[in-house]
Amino acid sequence: MMKSQRTSRPAAAPARAPKPWQLRLYVTGQTLKSVTALANLRQMCEIRLKGRYRITVVDLLEKPQLAKGDQILAVPTVVRKLPRPVRTIIGDLSDTAHLLVGLDLRATG
Amino acid sequence: MKTSRAKSPARATLLPKCPTGIQGLDEITDGGLPRGRPTLVCGGAGCGKTLLAAEFLVRGAMQFDEPGVFIAFEETEKELKANVASLGFDLAGLVRRKKIVVDYVHIERGDAQESGEYDLEGLFVRLNHAIDSIGAKRVVLDTLEVLFASLPNEAILRSELRRLFRWLKDKGVTAVITAERGRESLTRHGLEEYVSDCVIVLDHRVNDQIATRHLRVVKYRGALHGTNEFPFLIGEDGISVLPITSLALNHVASSERIATGIPRLDAMLGGRGFFRGSSILLTGTSGTGKTIISSNFAQAAGRRGERVLYFSFEESPNQITRNMHSIGLRLEPLMKRGLLRIHSARPSLYGLEMHLATMFKEIATFKPHVVIIDPITSLMDLGTDSEGKGMVTRLIDYLKAGQITSFFTSLTQGGKAPQESEAAMSSLMDSWILLQDFEGNGERNRVLYVLKARGMKHSNQIREFLISDHGIDVVDAYIGASGVLTGSARAAQNALEKAAVLAGQQEAAQLVREVERKRAALERQISSLRADHKTEAAELRRIAEQVGTSTRLLGTERAASGILRQADANVAAGARGKARPGRSK
Repeated sequence: MMKSQRTSRPAAAPARAPKPWQLRLYVTGQTLKSVTALANLRQMCEIRLKGRYRITVVDLLEKPQLAKGDQILAVPTVVRKLPRPVRTIIGDLSDTAHLLVGLDLRATG
Repeated sequence: MKTSRAKSPARATLLPKCPTGIQGLDEITDGGLPRGRPTLVCGGAGCGKTLLAAEFLVRGAMQFDEPGVFIAFEETEKELKANVASLGFDLAGLVRRKKIVVDYVHIERGDAQESGEYDLEGLFVRLNHAIDSIGAKRVVLDTLEVLFASLPNEAILRSELRRLFRWLKDKGVTAVITAERGRESLTRHGLEEYVSDCVIVLDHRVNDQIATRHLRVVKYRGALHGTNEFPFLIGEDGISVLPITSLALNHVASSERIATGIPRLDAMLGGRGFFRGSSILLTGTSGTGKTIISSNFAQAAGRRGERVLYFSFEESPNQITRNMHSIGLRLEPLMKRGLLRIHSARPSLYGLEMHLATMFKEIATFKPHVVIIDPITSLMDLGTDSEGKGMVTRLIDYLKAGQITSFFTSLTQGGKAPQESEAAMSSLMDSWILLQDFEGNGERNRVLYVLKARGMKHSNQIREFLISDHGIDVVDAYIGASGVLTGSARAAQNALEKAAVLAGQQEAAQLVREVERKRAALERQISSLRADHKTEAAELRRIAEQVGTSTRLLGTERAASGILRQADANVAAGARGKARPGRSK
């Protein structure tokens, strides 16, 4: 199932002007890489996007048909659905610099 | 697992095979691709990798009830459907009936940012999902190498590919993986390293402005396979790999004889014509009547109720029927009754292999008893000598296997010995008839003779053949001291001979008269000599009488004078007087 984890969403968040970021993390089960990726992503978001993001974790083992939509090959993959344009980062997100580039967070940070 | 093509129990214990259903490929690989293993198909751009893979899936789904998954990295589902639709495959329909799943994997180059470790589990999941959704037995990955462009980390990619092929084997699916041909290695990214069971190389070459595709099974672990390069083509109904070579000479030889349509020619061939299922070569320079003899043969077969397939590379069907009409040969009725089909194509229309494939297809659909190829030399000119010979060999093998009589005409160039120019082909032919024209007396005449006819008594005579309003007529050519004479020279020679006989008769009469005259002359001479002799004898008698008379006279004279001179002188004077009668005077 698609697990929507409204992670770390403070009460003040809905009042903020910009739309929240929508991030989708594709994983295959609870592998080390999956867990690491989720942890890394959360950490990054907490620092950079606190209160303005939403992470959806998609387990492809449960919903394999969803791999087609975002053209997922590599796992883990993070897809930034919003804001546009869609951006994709693959890997366990342990390389923070590349993650920032991938999410295009350099400007805001 | 068992192969559907296993012909003997012994073979079933060998590597199980998965028939592709692609014409010719299963023959070359002796049954198909290795079942449950990946096969690598590599080749340059435009050589038909994707089509081969697609046909493998489509035929699998249609003919062998093996559903398939097509993972397309290069073409979208829509494009793919359109592309294979041009080969007459209803991919869309198969997708609707859940026989085939097409999954288009789109990855933009440099689209994804890499951050840390990852694997290609997503691809595995998709593949697995697709396979399980329809219970697929076949998988195509076209073209995996796109991954090398989009995923920068080659180390990860390589280890994942290795895992992928392992996984495919474990899954038990027969997979076809396509890859671009590399400069030095078989594939650009060395995929052959991972797929070690079967490697097929496709190639597209241009020779003399005619492009030909070739297929070669480079490797087939644990199985016999043809290692040659086989031409293949992409036709209206998919790929056909040529040849459908019979690797052995084991066709049945019929002893049935079929007439040529020209009675005298039959007579020259032991009186009964050609063997059914044999190959016949008719050689001649241009205008010697090859097409006419071919058409005659076609008509004769049609009249026996046999189907004739006539491949013409020089004339259109209409032109042939019109021309034959002019010599009283009507082909239209046979065409109308479906006994004769004329297939015309310009030789340069496409390559040798395409021609061959078209011919095979026509033969397969029309199922003729007799196939005429007029002329085979136009086709052979398209390729090199060895290709041409290879083609004829394949064609003859194919026809002989089906007990189809093949009749080839061959255009030879003037001045060249026909035996020499056709040396390559002649060994493949069972019968060989030569047409020649003789020039002389301001005219050109056709002659024909049987150069060889395997397994039958045949005439060694050169015959003249005449083409008139009512067809072909073979007549004896004049063979005499001054060589072979034909046409008006033959007529003239006949006249000449008649004159010579007449002259001889006259000469003989003359001779008789001469002898007679001589005899008469001789007789005249004899009688004149006799007359002479008579005269002389008469003269002699006269002289003798004269001498007698004078002697007598002398005696009487002397006696008289003795009387006159005294009788006493009688004794002495008688002796003297006798000795010197003249002195006494």
